[in-house]
Amino acid sequence: MGLILAILIQGIQMVLVLALAPGLIGFTRKVKARLLRRQGPSVVQPYRDLLRLVRKEAVLADNASWLFRNAPYLIFATTWVAAALVPTFAAGLHFSWAADLIAITALLGSARFFLALAGMDIGTAFGGIGSSREMLFATLAEPAMIMIVFTVALVAGSTQLSTVAEFMVDHSTLRVSLGLALIGLIIVALTENARVPVDNPATHLELTMVHEAMILEYSGRHLAVIELAAALKLLLYISLIACIFAPWGMARQDDGVLGMLVGVVTWVGKLAIGGFLMVLFETAIAKMRVFRVPEFVGGALMLGFLGTLLLFVSRSF
Amino acid sequence: MPIVAALLSVAGLAGVAVVAPILTARRVAWATPVVYGASFVLAAVLLICGLLALLGGSAFQGTVHLPVGLPWIGAHFALDPLSAAFLVIVDFGAVVASFYAIGYGAHEEEPGRVLPFYPAFLAGMNLVVLSADAENRRAGYVYLLMASFGTLMLLLGFGLLAGPDGDYAFSAIRTAEHVPWLSGLVLVLMLLGAGSKAGLVPLHVWLPLAHPAAPSHVSALMSGVMTKVAVYGFIRVVFDLAGEPAWWWAVLVLILGAGSAVLGVLHAVLQRDLKRLLAYSTVENIGIVFIGLGLGLAFKTNGMAGAAALAVTASIFHAFNHSLFKSLLFFGAGNVLTGTGERDIEKLGGLVHRMPETAYLFLGGCLAISALPPLNGFVSEWLILQAILLSPDLPQWALRFLVPASGAMLALAAALAAACFVRAFGITFLSRPRSPAAETAHEVSRWQIRAMYALLAVCLIAGIFPGPFLDALSPVSQMLVAGAMPKQPILPHLSIIPISESRSSYSGFLVFFFIMMASWAAIRVIHNFASRAVRRAPPWDCGFPDASPVTQYTANSFAQPIRRVFGPIAFRAKISQTMPQPGDMAPARLTLSLRDLIWEFIYAPIEGAVLYAAERLNILQFLTIRSYLSLVFAALVLLLVLVATWA
Repeated sequence: MGLILAILIQGIQMVLVLALAPGLIGFTRKVKARLLRRQGPSVVQPYRDLLRLVRKEAVLADNASWLFRNAPYLIFATTWVAAALVPTFAAGLHFSWAADLIAITALLGSARFFLALAGMDIGTAFGGIGSSREMLFATLAEPAMIMIVFTVALVAGSTQLSTVAEFMVDHSTLRVSLGLALIGLIIVALTENARVPVDNPATHLELTMVHEAMILEYSGRHLAVIELAAALKLLLYISLIACIFAPWGMARQDDGVLGMLVGVVTWVGKLAIGGFLMVLFETAIAKMRVFRVPEFVGGALMLGFLGTLLLFVSRSF
Repeated sequence: MPIVAALLSVAGLAGVAVVAPILTARRVAWATPVVYGASFVLAAVLLICGLLALLGGSAFQGTVHLPVGLPWIGAHFALDPLSAAFLVIVDFGAVVASFYAIGYGAHEEEPGRVLPFYPAFLAGMNLVVLSADAENRRAGYVYLLMASFGTLMLLLGFGLLAGPDGDYAFSAIRTAEHVPWLSGLVLVLMLLGAGSKAGLVPLHVWLPLAHPAAPSHVSALMSGVMTKVAVYGFIRVVFDLAGEPAWWWAVLVLILGAGSAVLGVLHAVLQRDLKRLLAYSTVENIGIVFIGLGLGLAFKTNGMAGAAALAVTASIFHAFNHSLFKSLLFFGAGNVLTGTGERDIEKLGGLVHRMPETAYLFLGGCLAISALPPLNGFVSEWLILQAILLSPDLPQWALRFLVPASGAMLALAAALAAACFVRAFGITFLSRPRSPAAETAHEVSRWQIRAMYALLAVCLIAGIFPGPFLDALSPVSQMLVAGAMPKQPILPHLSIIPISESRSSYSGFLVFFFIMMASWAAIRVIHNFASRAVRRAPPWDCGFPDASPVTQYTANSFAQPIRRVFGPIAFRAKISQTMPQPGDMAPARLTLSLRDLIWEFIYAPIEGAVLYAAERLNILQFLTIRSYLSLVFAALVLLLVLVATWA
């Protein structure tokens, strides 16, 4: 019975992240539009876009290879698996032991690897520029993420996200190292999700774009799958920040249906707050020049490293 | 007894090495397949011996004492868990490389240049791993015709270990008392000797020049396997023979390891020669192995056996993994060379269409070396990161600061490696052909492709079922640090557990399974319920597609942002532009200068000093016979005094 319940929770988690991800994008777009005093598209617009895209035929460039056709599905699958392993509404996910936080980081790295390769497949200048810059940002964002993981793991005594979440619920105290890790993680999240000030998710045809440049050649269902993966990634990062730094309301494994419901409601609330804060930050700040970004992300690396170092000096930081 | 079979096989390899020049001198047509085929069979026997000794326990291990070799010493050979593990690494690489070479060698114009040396090379590496006294090991290295400097350092190191009585057998060295400062000196000498052979920064300068120069299967052996023989030598002396380590040993090893990891990959990401890129990435991976060994030393001196076992196991596992994917990648580079005649990636492109299988296999190697799940490179780097997380318990402050720093360096190196291999694969295999050679590329022989499939399969198996591999290494860590990782459970969940289940676990199988299921489900759902129609059209490229392949991103432009960010620190990169005045017809110029700081600060002064000394010593050529005799006499007296004070 316990096993069935655990697998059920894991299944609900996988379906929920998939179902809510486009909604989160729609919500952030709506909020952004309202902050700019525009009406903005409906919150469900991303769902309509995805449906429209999957129904259309896919237009492939003449020299597109098998890698170009298969990459979207691999990107989607790795991102989804990563998102399925981040505790959202309930701690103690059944498959949590399959991959810890370092492995989740590396899974996102796999998705990025395929995306960057897909950007180079057709042999256009835009694709190449996008891939090259994406990999540049990753060279700093990934070690920053590992250092943040170290900080969190040294505090919680585990790299297993479910264990971390449970630890944080039980021992929520203010710590300098966790504060540093939080700021670092926010920077990494903005970079990884191609948000302002690193990249602009709303533009095409701009030489400074990164993420959009890589997927310029995609259309139809392939584009839909990549967009869905990008939405999943945003949801993953907000859930990750919530799970480590604001785990309140998260259900335990032995909580009943009511506890789970409370968990779901608080999680959706956290997503909304996270999305709102992100958009507020985006509207208040301008996009950076591309070679400013390494300094920005390098800051996250330094913060993560400092957090880890403090914990090596004393466990009480 | 596997040891006897192994020694007979080594003798067989030496025999093939003797026969090969006769065959090539007579220009026998079947010389290539016969030599490589024989090497394949003999290496396979050695591989089985290694596997038996590693998995079968002490019943299959043992020592042999042969009356050959240097007079009055004889020769000891031993097969213990450590040498068995490295015998497996060496001979798996050798088996696959021999198989590959049956196809690849057919294109060799002058087989006489390679054939006699290939089996001798294999025999030499095996001999180093099997031998159990220092003199033999030296002989093995001389056999490899390695840098005399490194050999000198190794000889000095072993000389110190053996002491004035000169008993070079390992068993004697192991039981001897070691003076701490002398052991420290041995460590430094080993770092110089083994480090120069493994390609540790700053002794790496020869490696990216030497490895790519060989035929690709030999490059694969040099990068994938020979560097591991040096790692073996280092582990054997520092962990097994030199007595109790001091904590500053770990500091030294960690600094060198972390420096190699980052500098190696920074060099790699800027290379445009595919094989040189791979050689620099070997420097990086050796750095990662040494980070693990440094952690192992740090834990060992502080009596943390479990953590030390984790670090050492992870390190040897990474050495094994690196031998797999580096061979795979060098074979891929060999295929590209066979198919196009080109190593410069700026002249390649679009090979995924003309060489689909090579592209697929090379991609697998790129994924593995970039430490991406579910392949094997990730598992070993993940284990090293887990070992780092245990180090806040270390008492020494220097280590407490250094270990997180080397963790950051490791993560940086892994991320840069991903950028490096996106560039390598993307420029070589994807995009549009940049030269006629790339346009007319052709797929290579089945031998080459099958050898690569075998390597990729083992990469995948080691990635999704790492448990048995880690279990197989537990006698090694038991022997080296008197501890072992927890026994990895085969079933529940097929996951691996470095310390305890609540701390961390990883299941490569489930990750692989989930990724496959999720992508399969996505494809099925979309194809069945939405659309599967495809239309081919010219590229979109924001509405301005340019037919010329020159408009694509090049390898150089791909690396430019990375060079711009890391170049000023690592290479003192400087860019200067000269823009002519408007109306001036002179071309605009952009010059880029990269300085190799290691060369400038370490090698250039040495070079200068040697030249200076040579100038001064020149007068010695013009002395009288009396002066020469008195010099010889003085040298003799000096040596006698030295020997007298030593004993």
